[in-house]
Amino acid sequence: MSATRIFVPLDAAARSVGADATARAIAEEARRRKLDIEVVRNGSRGMLWLEPMVEVEVGGARHAYGPVHPSSVPSLFDAAFHTAAADGAKRHALAHGPTEEIAYLKRQQRLTFARVGITDPRSVADYVAHGGYRGLKAALAMQPGAIVDSVTASGLRGRGGAAFPAGIKWKTVLGAPGSQKYVVCNADEGDSGTFSDRMLMEGDPFVLIEGMTIAALATGADRGYIYLRFEYPDAKRALEAAIAAARAAHYLGENIQGSGRRFELEVRMGAGAYICGEETSLLESLEGKRGQVRFKPPLPAIAGLFGKPTVINNVITFASVPIILDRGADFYKNFGMGRSRGTLPMQLAGNVKHGGLVEVAFGMTLRELIYDFGGGSDSGRPVRAVQVGGPLGAYLPESQFDTPLDYEAFANIKGMLGHGGVVLFDDTVDMAAQARYAMEFCAIESCGKCTPCRIGSVRGVEVIDRLRAGENAAAQEVLLRDLCETMLYGSLCAMGGLTPYPVLSALNHFPEDFVKPKSARASA
Amino acid sequence: MSNPSPRRVIPLKLEPSSALSAAERKAVLEACDRGRALPGGLLPILHAVQEALGFVPADAIPLIAHELNLSRAEVHGVVSFYHYFRTERGGRHVVHVCRAEACQARGAVALEAHAKRSLGIDFHGTSADGAITLEPVYCLGNCALGPALLIDDELQGRVSAQRFDELMAPLRSQGRHP
Repeated sequence: MSATRIFVPLDAAARSVGADATARAIAEEARRRKLDIEVVRNGSRGMLWLEPMVEVEVGGARHAYGPVHPSSVPSLFDAAFHTAAADGAKRHALAHGPTEEIAYLKRQQRLTFARVGITDPRSVADYVAHGGYRGLKAALAMQPGAIVDSVTASGLRGRGGAAFPAGIKWKTVLGAPGSQKYVVCNADEGDSGTFSDRMLMEGDPFVLIEGMTIAALATGADRGYIYLRFEYPDAKRALEAAIAAARAAHYLGENIQGSGRRFELEVRMGAGAYICGEETSLLESLEGKRGQVRFKPPLPAIAGLFGKPTVINNVITFASVPIILDRGADFYKNFGMGRSRGTLPMQLAGNVKHGGLVEVAFGMTLRELIYDFGGGSDSGRPVRAVQVGGPLGAYLPESQFDTPLDYEAFANIKGMLGHGGVVLFDDTVDMAAQARYAMEFCAIESCGKCTPCRIGSVRGVEVIDRLRAGENAAAQEVLLRDLCETMLYGSLCAMGGLTPYPVLSALNHFPEDFVKPKSARASA
Repeated sequence: MSNPSPRRVIPLKLEPSSALSAAERKAVLEACDRGRALPGGLLPILHAVQEALGFVPADAIPLIAHELNLSRAEVHGVVSFYHYFRTERGGRHVVHVCRAEACQARGAVALEAHAKRSLGIDFHGTSADGAITLEPVYCLGNCALGPALLIDDELQGRVSAQRFDELMAPLRSQGRHP
């Protein structure tokens, strides 16, 4: 009889709350009890409040327990959790039953994250056994133009935040003249409240590699870079191991699966600059320069990395491509609403009871996400504001929670879905402080190339300080709104151009917080 | 010997002089040699220098510029643009405290204050015992389990003030980091 497999995530978030110690404790306890158990380090299922979440595989089905800390490991073995079927195991305080039946997972539509948490992220064989590389196989039998058409027909839009149709970008690169073209993955996931790129790179790195390889075939590129932020050391290890494994199995390198096609892939590390998530700034950084934003045009698709035609997309965009090639554009397109097709991996973060990754088709409302999945705030207090789309996204009050998750619907309320991050704040939040932080963040992270962003953000902090102190408040508010307009329309890129979103949404929806310092108000 | 020219060759020392120690100079040159062939290799080179030495010494900048045929201004511009690169020697460990919104919603502002107070330093400073350099960071991707820290390259979640002290204690008592 083969060993019982017990899964303990290797995901950085799971490790941050003790998954390594849990994995060691399980292995040691199994040895002590002379049980034949294999501990597999998988990706996270994305139910982060249950981490470290341990799964036991029995008869092909997995049973979840969590959060499991080393101190509860002996009691789990006492309850025979490694058999999962035992009554004691089912009744254990940490038992959650079959993983796939947990409502949080069952209600999701996992397309891009189909394998995350299921496979061993270091095994090509496991990836292939779970449907991996079928998209590449299909692409290898297609003409480049047909691959591009398939991506266009799927309706896939850039998942990094700007939501530009991926197929159109690819078509431009395919049509651009030149013998040297590049595929660049933007893995500089800097938005607070987002971790889907990280989870995917750590939990299923091969799907990103496959997606980038398909992009190379579609556009005639033979070299790719993954630009990864230094803040993600675990993702770096996972990607480098996966690239080496893919190369050894001839999914990367000189002659991909005997097709005669070549694609080389390399990970490059960022160095702590939020602006490098902006695509032209990222390209500058990859070229070994200061990460300053470029003027557009020319578009990177025409003159990108080292001046060559370049496909540059976010991690989730590339990772969504294999399933489109495997199952067809229509399959993917049938998910979603309006012009937002397919699924978006949303991330529930901040003061949330059930934080984690929720991949659903576009169209669900923010309220369903916050309460049905998230369970409201972790503190138990009322949810007062939700920031969607990272530090450049608007703060939404309760009255806007019925907005559907759809790019256009969010644009209509002067917000943005961005990269799908949703950060909850309870009623202790000081929205004037959050508005100030938005300006402060812009001042710290501005690349400095354009004046509205570089200077406007510094002045923004000062104006908000005076406003909060009640110094001639009415005039300060006029000044702040005027400054925001200048930044909105005068900035070179989204950094300065969208910083007014969190500032103005806080001011418009929570004006009471700007009246005077919150401490003074509380004591009044 | 095949050159019949009678001209006397005066050896010019083109390499900039610097106060780098022999070991530091060796590390910088090795990083340059490994990164030279990479297109856009300056960032990988700076990462390699910082990994080897813990920082990018100001005196390394002219040497890197010389090796890569760049101007000092170009190299300085890159080093100073990125928050991660430091030009001062840091502590034995670097602790990055997340300041971003999702961690704020879970108490990051209080944690930041506690970290500064308990270590007796502000951001970018190093504790008096030389153990810990404190740096701000804007998102570690642990946004559902905040407040988050990165200790060297180990991520930590749900860090309360008490947990922070527990995590710092072994770093402050142990000897040099390998």
